[in-house]
Amino acid sequence: MEDAARILQLVVNGAASGCIYGLIALGFVLIYKATEMVNFAQGDVMMLGGFVAFSLIANFHLPYWVGGILAILITAAFGYALDALVLRRVIGQPQFAVVMLTLGLGFIFRAAAGITWGYDSVGFNTPFTNKTANIGGLVLGEDNLSIIIGTVLLCGVLYLFFSKTRVGVAMQAASQNQLAAYYMGIPVRTIFSLIWAISAGVACLAGILLSPVSMIDVNMGFLGIKAFAAAVIGGFGSIPGSLIGGVIVGIVEQFAGYKLPAGFQEVTSNVVLLLMLFIRPQGLFAERMGKRV
Amino acid sequence: MRYLFRTQYQQDIALWRHNGDRFWYGLLAVLVLVAPALLGEFYIGELGAVFIFAIAGVGLMLLVGYTGLISLGHAAFLGIGAYVNAVLLAQGVPFLVTLPLAGLFTALCGAAIGRPTLRMSGLYLAIATLAFGSIVGTIFQKWTAVTGGFDGFAVPTPYVFGIAIEGATGIYYVSLVVLAFVLWVSANLLRSPTGRAMVAIRDSEVSAQSMGIHLARYKTMAFAISAGMTGLAGALFAHYVRYLAPDAFDVLLSVQFVTIVFVGGLGSLRGAILGAMFVRLLPQFIAVVRDDLPFGIGRLPGLEPSLFGLVLVFVILFQPGGLNGMWLKTKHWFQTFPFKRQTSFRRQKTYAKSERLR
Repeated sequence: MEDAARILQLVVNGAASGCIYGLIALGFVLIYKATEMVNFAQGDVMMLGGFVAFSLIANFHLPYWVGGILAILITAAFGYALDALVLRRVIGQPQFAVVMLTLGLGFIFRAAAGITWGYDSVGFNTPFTNKTANIGGLVLGEDNLSIIIGTVLLCGVLYLFFSKTRVGVAMQAASQNQLAAYYMGIPVRTIFSLIWAISAGVACLAGILLSPVSMIDVNMGFLGIKAFAAAVIGGFGSIPGSLIGGVIVGIVEQFAGYKLPAGFQEVTSNVVLLLMLFIRPQGLFAERMGKRV
Repeated sequence: MRYLFRTQYQQDIALWRHNGDRFWYGLLAVLVLVAPALLGEFYIGELGAVFIFAIAGVGLMLLVGYTGLISLGHAAFLGIGAYVNAVLLAQGVPFLVTLPLAGLFTALCGAAIGRPTLRMSGLYLAIATLAFGSIVGTIFQKWTAVTGGFDGFAVPTPYVFGIAIEGATGIYYVSLVVLAFVLWVSANLLRSPTGRAMVAIRDSEVSAQSMGIHLARYKTMAFAISAGMTGLAGALFAHYVRYLAPDAFDVLLSVQFVTIVFVGGLGSLRGAILGAMFVRLLPQFIAVVRDDLPFGIGRLPGLEPSLFGLVLVFVILFQPGGLNGMWLKTKHWFQTFPFKRQTSFRRQKTYAKSERLR
């Protein structure tokens, strides 16, 4: 019984941290599907979002919900500006130029955050910090539950947005065929910037949800590397795939931390990633594709 | 302005384009050979480090600049080369055997990691090498029986024909020889069908494939050669630092290597060397001006990585040709004086190229 409870606890913890990886991976996938760019600074955008939320909630004493939503909006605006001012310039350059550009931007964000907020870990009070919920005799941390519930809610909202709203459908069109979308009167460049905004907003949400579990600090962006594993497992182009991939990575990581000696937990996501590339490089949810010349 | 009239195919693939090349590179060779007699110990040590980075830079240039793939894990290959060399030397294997072995073993590692990932788009290689680098770093830390873990690993002094390679001058000459060898191999590779195939893959995978180039095979070959050269650099790096610590081979070092390639200028061997000079000299420059910077910028903990990031961003956005491109532009300005026009080097309008499979 002890063992079963312990395992269930690990699964819930893993699913919670997996949801965070999934949310970061979701940011990669949204941008990749639309613009074929991969944002290596996604983890650092999450870090910036977390710090903005910290400033609003802890320094300006805004209520958690107001501060959180405001932080998401600010980070989204930042994502929009990032695309409109920087990334749009490298359209047409080879893919690896974008990789290096975003990697360089990540280093700059980290330094900027260090200058602005300092290099210490910070945190703010949330309604979920240090509370537990008792569900059918199972004691679970509300912080972990809030991550899982927040992720599920976000997925619902995104699904409705992409399938029901005019902008969402335009985004789908632009990511399927830029030229055709442009001919149909869709302002493709603005749409791409909006996708960057959504992706940054999702990253900020991930930062806010993560804050009760782990502190916000400058090097938080390295979680982005783990999120790559999630995205690759999901097939790098599938939105539900990236979330499922994230949960898989999170749970595997928890069990690795439980069973393996200290220090190996950190690399399990990388091992999972490489194994996935060896066994099934197209991911679990690959679309069948052929090349059109 | 010099106009080359090529009348034979041999001229087209010649290593030296004309006698001017021969003269200037010959002069450079003489200068580098006598440099230890003219410069102090410190500068020779730094130059040796520049050579070692240039070897890795040339290797990465073949991959990024000529094949169009990117690796974010070359620090791991440098580390593998360093540890293989040091461990074998400690077993009593002579240096002239361990050095090529370090290169070969690293090339094999590169092929092993490249083969599965290169079936996918180049993006997967970047991600896979990032993961590979972090795994290898952990192995260096945890496999204490071989690497010594965080206690470090003292690298034995190498002997070539009974002569001990010691001090800055010894490393300098060995690195110089290896760098010359690597440059010669790369230049020859690039004028061979293999090199042409690599460039074709860089420019368009689809058209390369339709010309009968086996994509996965040539990409894996390019990646293995690149890793092997970095392994050679790693073997020399072990002697340069003399004491191997596992945390030297982290992602930041990989990013520095890629910075070499981008800052130097994609698609030019000269660029790899210019980039290596830049990357080695920037930290020295920071160390010199650190105390004079306003607002305490000099004492920020993350100054160096963020400067590398900043340089990368600016080069990609505003000077895609890198240092080599700046050199070519300056040369063009003088050669055509006063006829340089605004549009001489203007980039063509570019459109989003889709690498996506549909």
